[in-house]
Amino acid sequence: MIIDYVGVKEINGSLVVIDGVKGVSNEEIVELRLDNGTRRQGRVVQIEGERIVVQVFEGTRNISLVNTRTRLTGHPMEQPLSPEIIGRVLDGAGRPIDGLGDIFPEKKMNVNGTPINPVSRIYPTNYINTGISTIDTLMTLIRGQKLPIFSGSGMKHNDLAVQIVRQARISGATEDNFCVVFAAMGVQKDVAEYFRKSFEDSGVLSHVVMLLNLSSDPIIERTLTPRCALTIAEYLAFEHDMHVLVIMTDMTSYAEALREFSSSKGEIPGRKGYPGYLYSDLASLYERAGMIRGSEGSVTQIPILTMPNDDITHPIPDLTGYITEGQITLDRNLQGQGFYPPVSVLPSLSRLMKDGIGEGFTRADHQALANQLFASYAKVIDARSLASVIGEEELSPIDKKYIEFGRLFENRFVNQGFYENRDITESLDLGWELLSTLPRGELDRVDDELLDKFYRG
Amino acid sequence: MNTYKIFGINGPVVTVKGQTSFEMMEMVYVGEDNLVGEIIGITDDSTTIQVYEETTGLRPGDPVTGTGSPMNVLLGPGILDNIFDGIERPLKAIEEQSGAFISRGAKVTSLDDQKLYDVTLKVRPGDKVKGGEIYATLPETKIIEHRLMVPPLISGEIVEAAPDGQYRLFDVVARLKDDSGEIHDLTLCQKWPIRTSRPIAERLSTSVPLITGQRVIDTMFPIAKGGAAAIPGGFGTGKTMTQHQLAKWCDADIIVYVGCGERGNEMSQVLEEFSELIDPKSGRPMTDRTVLIANTSNMPVAAREASIYTGITLAEYYRDMGYDVAIMADSTSRWAEALREISGRLEEMPAEEGFPAYLPSRLAEFYERAGRVSTLSGSNGSVTIIGAVSPQGSDFSEPVTQNTKRFTRCFWALDKALAYARHYPAINWIDSYSEFFNDIDPWFSKNLGDDFVEYRTRISALLQEESNLMEIVKLIGADVLPDDQKLVIEIARVIRVGFLQQNAFHADDTFVPLEKQKNMMRVILHLYDKSREIVAKEIPISKIIALGLFDKLTKMKYDIPNSKPEMFDDYIKEIDKKIKKLM
Repeated sequence: MIIDYVGVKEINGSLVVIDGVKGVSNEEIVELRLDNGTRRQGRVVQIEGERIVVQVFEGTRNISLVNTRTRLTGHPMEQPLSPEIIGRVLDGAGRPIDGLGDIFPEKKMNVNGTPINPVSRIYPTNYINTGISTIDTLMTLIRGQKLPIFSGSGMKHNDLAVQIVRQARISGATEDNFCVVFAAMGVQKDVAEYFRKSFEDSGVLSHVVMLLNLSSDPIIERTLTPRCALTIAEYLAFEHDMHVLVIMTDMTSYAEALREFSSSKGEIPGRKGYPGYLYSDLASLYERAGMIRGSEGSVTQIPILTMPNDDITHPIPDLTGYITEGQITLDRNLQGQGFYPPVSVLPSLSRLMKDGIGEGFTRADHQALANQLFASYAKVIDARSLASVIGEEELSPIDKKYIEFGRLFENRFVNQGFYENRDITESLDLGWELLSTLPRGELDRVDDELLDKFYRG
Repeated sequence: MNTYKIFGINGPVVTVKGQTSFEMMEMVYVGEDNLVGEIIGITDDSTTIQVYEETTGLRPGDPVTGTGSPMNVLLGPGILDNIFDGIERPLKAIEEQSGAFISRGAKVTSLDDQKLYDVTLKVRPGDKVKGGEIYATLPETKIIEHRLMVPPLISGEIVEAAPDGQYRLFDVVARLKDDSGEIHDLTLCQKWPIRTSRPIAERLSTSVPLITGQRVIDTMFPIAKGGAAAIPGGFGTGKTMTQHQLAKWCDADIIVYVGCGERGNEMSQVLEEFSELIDPKSGRPMTDRTVLIANTSNMPVAAREASIYTGITLAEYYRDMGYDVAIMADSTSRWAEALREISGRLEEMPAEEGFPAYLPSRLAEFYERAGRVSTLSGSNGSVTIIGAVSPQGSDFSEPVTQNTKRFTRCFWALDKALAYARHYPAINWIDSYSEFFNDIDPWFSKNLGDDFVEYRTRISALLQEESNLMEIVKLIGADVLPDDQKLVIEIARVIRVGFLQQNAFHADDTFVPLEKQKNMMRVILHLYDKSREIVAKEIPISKIIALGLFDKLTKMKYDIPNSKPEMFDDYIKEIDKKIKKLM
């Protein structure tokens, strides 16, 4: 028996309260039909006896206390899935908007997913060659990792993401088993278009699933976008053995949507008004990366987030950093000097790197070289701050060497063309060449054997 | 059993309307799938339950069934070499049942009840036994003997004892008649509520250090067995790495590693590494003495809150057998956030930063369960807690860090600047402290000689002096300093890079015995003393640096194998010889 509940009890932001509802289940999807013929979807977020609170994805505009009929669908939010989904364009809630018709589902899955059992995970150790010196050498991306780009408004994170997609070579991946899931959350139309065009130019568009929630789209739908995207990614990776690269932009818009939803629900706010469960909520997204036993596929995530006011201690980058396995941090100062990609090396990190590089993966000297580059570049920063007080002229000879090394490092190592694809040997050799401008005694992170082999100062 | 119906659902919090007979903190089953929950609030017209699993699909009207007992864990053989979720459900068994993704309402017993153990009985009929006394032993793993103890709250006379032999977990191996004449079955296991600490005979002073093989910890900021330490640090500063190192190398008998709201890939790394790693003392895989509790960040938040208590209860159980146990909690901030999240759902009045006002008392309760004790059976055991703290925005003034500081006596502050320069372990030597010196220095003096403590004092004074000098250097550069101060900066560099910095991936450097730590300090200080004599003779410091001794000492951690302490004397001789030439 299907029951229509007529009217609502209360409307508040994106939430409506309906009374007298029987047999409802938590997180169930409901359909709301307005008298003017439009249909909307909502999700049950709170139940108190027969009184339920429903979050309406498309917003509550035009809803009055009397003009709505609500019907329970009997299931939680599900994403229709089929291998044919590759190449499609969907809206923020996973419905096709490319005019090619509905997805004929092979199966449907709850978009909230279920946590991967830690004992079923395979510890990721296979590196992804991105062709970008800083990333490959110093914060190596590993298949199955979640490595966000911490950026700021106006910085070149989109270009970097596009370049990674274009150049990424995953070992074991071929044309047929590699695909990209791109989730846009609250981005502008032209940014989405930029991605689409870039994918087209680099010939991967037919391997991309795009989910678009643009900045003008309903904010509540935005909280679903990454969930739909990751459900699709998990399905393709773990049921169809594909290597899936998930790009999510912009996580800041997502978190803000969550805050808006939380405050309209009247929840007690945590830091900066974000809900107290922001960490758990972000974790429920980021943790959906990895590899599992019994499947050949992998889900690798590159979320992009713009740090409000470039502040890395803001709750969104802060909590993200605690969940993800490292981060690629971009720096406005470097960008201002015209360097691309403006990767700020010191605060960047890849936690999974140490087991995916070295002998058998990249080259035996990789880890030592990376440590030395980090250590030496940290000294460059010290020397620069000293120079800003006493002037470069007054520096000791060794500090001057460091200043020079810093210049070379940024000009030649960090700086790289948008279409320049450096292979790992090239990047490592370049690292040694730059280190060779420093006196041998300064290289205290490298043992003599490697120095004899690679140091050319 | 008392069964009621669900009225309201809000995230992980479920309410039941009307008066109920539930007890506070009672464990209940919720819904058709029997999700595990716990009673956290009772009024005369509603009862609040926190559910340890996803609540999607629960309906009002679904049953809530009481179990009559508080949230407890099953204690017995099979805990070691195992991996559990936050409420002691074995993840391997869950995997067999539901595949790679964790489904809800998994019906699994915590410990393997089919495995046969070789049990040796220690009691005979007629023996009087008290709670905590050992009635049987069995080899749990190749290196750990599991000692079965009479549940702490029972005592009486043994009326029946089975012969030695092979038994399963729930087989009765002895029967006990208490004073009131009631008969209790003693099996290979017992239950204990996780939020209650297990009783002990008496607390002992913390006079023995926990040796970790990490120089900056053992030498500069040591922790005692039975102490509590906090490792605070922003993301990427190496909290987890430090915890892993301690778990691998510290000289505790049993390691309980709680991954509380952390990364899934990290847990699979621990699993993989620990099973490959061989314990140097026993020659057996590290997993033989380790239990892992993994409640990753995307697993239900209420179970995350419980995981800390589950971990400490398991630790106390092994302590009661007379073992030294170390528990690593990574990270207590995630646990505090779980408290905050649940508190928010209950619409409690928030205190600082949205955390509930009872955060400090919960933290205190947890850290108070550390200690070196005399157990009920008369042996000595200890629980050492090492808790990682992940301060929001790397700001140590936030409530979790500040409150943790009040209840731990060891504070290993991880420093972002050090981590950026890849100086690991990134423990800041100025901000960190240990309050255990008074307790354990006698042990150091007895086992390593009085000079160990003296060397440490001198080393930390040099570092402090360097830190003061660096203030000046930052303003005017190092060139203008007089030579004796330049010498301090040079020697401090040797201490920082050659001594404090330690390479976890280097075969010799990953664990350094105390004797070598002492010798390294001895050589460094010897060089400093000799150089000071030279500087006093107004010979320029550049000449000393040109000898290459500073660089040589920086690398001695790699150049001198742990097994060849006699090489340090060669270093001393070389220093003497080269310095003599300068005079």
